[in-house]
Amino acid sequence: MDFTFSEDQLLFQDSVRDFLVNEITPERLRAGWETDTGRDPALWQQFAELGLTGITVPEEHGGLGMDAVDFVLLAQECGYVALAEPLVNHALVAVPLLQDIGGELAARWLPLAATGEARIIAAVEQNLMVEDAHVADLLLLEREGQWFALEQGQFSCERSESIDPARRLYSVTVQAGTAPIVEGARANALRAACLNRGALGCAAQALGLAQRMIDLSVQYTAERKQFGKAIGSFQAVKHHMANVAVRLEYAKAPVHRAAYAVAEDASGAALAVAQAKLMACEAANLAAKNSIQVHGAMGYTWEVDLHIFMKKAWALANTWGDAGWHKQQVAAVIFADGAALGAGATFQ
Amino acid sequence: MQLAFTEQQQAFRAEIRSWLQANVPAQPLQTFDTEEGFQQHREWEATLNQGRWGMVTWPEALGGRGCDLIEWLIFEEEYYRARAPLRVNQNGIFLLGPTLMEYGTEEQKARFLPAMAEGRDVWAQGWSEPGAGSDMAAIRSTAQLEGDKYIINGQKTWSTRAVWADWLFGMFRTDPDSERHRGLTFILVPLNTPGITVRPIPQLDGLPGFAEIFFDNVEVDVSNRLGDDGAGWAVAMATAGFERGLMLRSPARFQETARRLVELYRANEASASHDPQIREAVMRAYLDAESYCLSTYQTACRLSQGGKIGAESSTNKIFWSELDQNMHATAMSILGARAELLAHAPAAEGVGTWLDGWLFSQSGPIYAGTNEIQRNIIAERMLGMPR
Repeated sequence: MDFTFSEDQLLFQDSVRDFLVNEITPERLRAGWETDTGRDPALWQQFAELGLTGITVPEEHGGLGMDAVDFVLLAQECGYVALAEPLVNHALVAVPLLQDIGGELAARWLPLAATGEARIIAAVEQNLMVEDAHVADLLLLEREGQWFALEQGQFSCERSESIDPARRLYSVTVQAGTAPIVEGARANALRAACLNRGALGCAAQALGLAQRMIDLSVQYTAERKQFGKAIGSFQAVKHHMANVAVRLEYAKAPVHRAAYAVAEDASGAALAVAQAKLMACEAANLAAKNSIQVHGAMGYTWEVDLHIFMKKAWALANTWGDAGWHKQQVAAVIFADGAALGAGATFQ
Repeated sequence: MQLAFTEQQQAFRAEIRSWLQANVPAQPLQTFDTEEGFQQHREWEATLNQGRWGMVTWPEALGGRGCDLIEWLIFEEEYYRARAPLRVNQNGIFLLGPTLMEYGTEEQKARFLPAMAEGRDVWAQGWSEPGAGSDMAAIRSTAQLEGDKYIINGQKTWSTRAVWADWLFGMFRTDPDSERHRGLTFILVPLNTPGITVRPIPQLDGLPGFAEIFFDNVEVDVSNRLGDDGAGWAVAMATAGFERGLMLRSPARFQETARRLVELYRANEASASHDPQIREAVMRAYLDAESYCLSTYQTACRLSQGGKIGAESSTNKIFWSELDQNMHATAMSILGARAELLAHAPAAEGVGTWLDGWLFSQSGPIYAGTNEIQRNIIAERMLGMPR
């Protein structure tokens, strides 16, 4: 039993955090809202140079050969800066899916994924909208039990705008006559694995978003004075933030366990992921609710940065399976006859 | 990261499981808030100790097994799974024992630890006073050093299990000119010393689960002091440290409550489904209990690899106390009109021990530092918000 991250994993997290916090400033995010694609090829190139685009690509295809446990801490950091680039989908969802699909498709695209030349995006039926379809060099799309591997030109996109200006969401129509690459039982298994990975990515980012909102609120309430004192010294304000800290603290280990279950392809992965996503997104939603409250009217403005993180947290809670969907996964396990519950069952 | 138990850990689990199967009393003991129940629980502690299961984290020389925190968690899982009796001497073995090992002299360890392990000496705590609850540094009870004796005067209150306990450990002001957390000393007091009056206080269930204790010129030998004179606050903080807190309320306890709650819900699904919130709350109980378990394992692994516990550990008490309260509130909702019935009442079929648990869960957010105090600690020490 070793529920810790290795020193290397923690060092990698530190260096990626430093990079992201320096590069992905709120000003840069805001500038991205105004561009056509909302995405920044120069930044993607920097990710490639850091090895991030190939982090989960097997070494024989030019990547680092890492897994979900290695990546989950980095996904948290992506959340912390509200990263708009599709790195989490690419590295945590699409690249492993491509490996699972295998064959010529994987042999062709994995090296391009590793070098960052190709951005690979995955989406399943549960995703009402496909985020970043417009910049996908390869879109792996599941519809009604069939998987399609689509390059630009093989599908059409219609954008629907989100309240989060960083999110680029599309309804995707597959060109008539396109042949699926996988169907039947195997397609369903791929969808389940893909959904687990997508939801894990949301959960990990939600942890980072919640932490960012805490940090912004702690900073703001230390500066803002009323009644001659920093409002952060008032217990009513403190307790709002302490409540967030409690929920966030107990959402972390479930997310890390879910990453392990996904990496190991464990039979309980769907339950672990559902638990992780519910816990983490609830923590992030509470962070949003209490952070806007302690920011007062400032929190209700476009100018103050809080909304960048708040809106992303709201959106992620309903992406890759909304809360109802994940609760259904939990209920199906715990209310079943002979369910393994109680003391000693957690790691069985 | 490797989330599977080693063969050694599995063998340890199998060993405690079979011992508990052979030794846990078939009939539940009476509550230790009655004189007879207290005696039954004292005997159970002796039985545990004979099997060397009394305090598995203690060194072998003291009757323990030198277990690490992961083995402790495994022990707890099996213990609660087996529905073994609650630990009447938890203040002693989980809180004072480790503190004695850290601060006690060799003479003190030899004098106190074996008797504690055997259940001969059951310990109560003496922290709170009428004027010192959440504000523990406001302690006013005094211990005046005269020769080789401390002369204790004052009053302690809310001392759990003090009615039939043998000893009390607590803090007393030894420097009359001192203020706040300075000038306090940690002293071990036999409760049968002349000048002590123990007045039982009935709890919500009407039983004397705690007491107030009056000290009228009580003479205690100076050899009963733990740590240095005036250093009581540091010793007390060690007693309240994370690992000891963990031992008092390990995840297994709440996971078993969550499991029983799922069972209760399924057994009463027809009526419980009239309120859709109940199903949600049952699921929430499962999720939170599992999360508490996962977080505790993660922290235990980090600590066993030499990691340091940080201010984030202060989130622990709020999480489990609210979880416990929520789970029992949900059970009360499922039981509906039966919820208020005492377990032995003729119409109380199927109510189990939920009412007792519900009452006890009301104390969780209050004892061991109210949750409001915990929130202040989290905000100030973990998040760095201004005082």
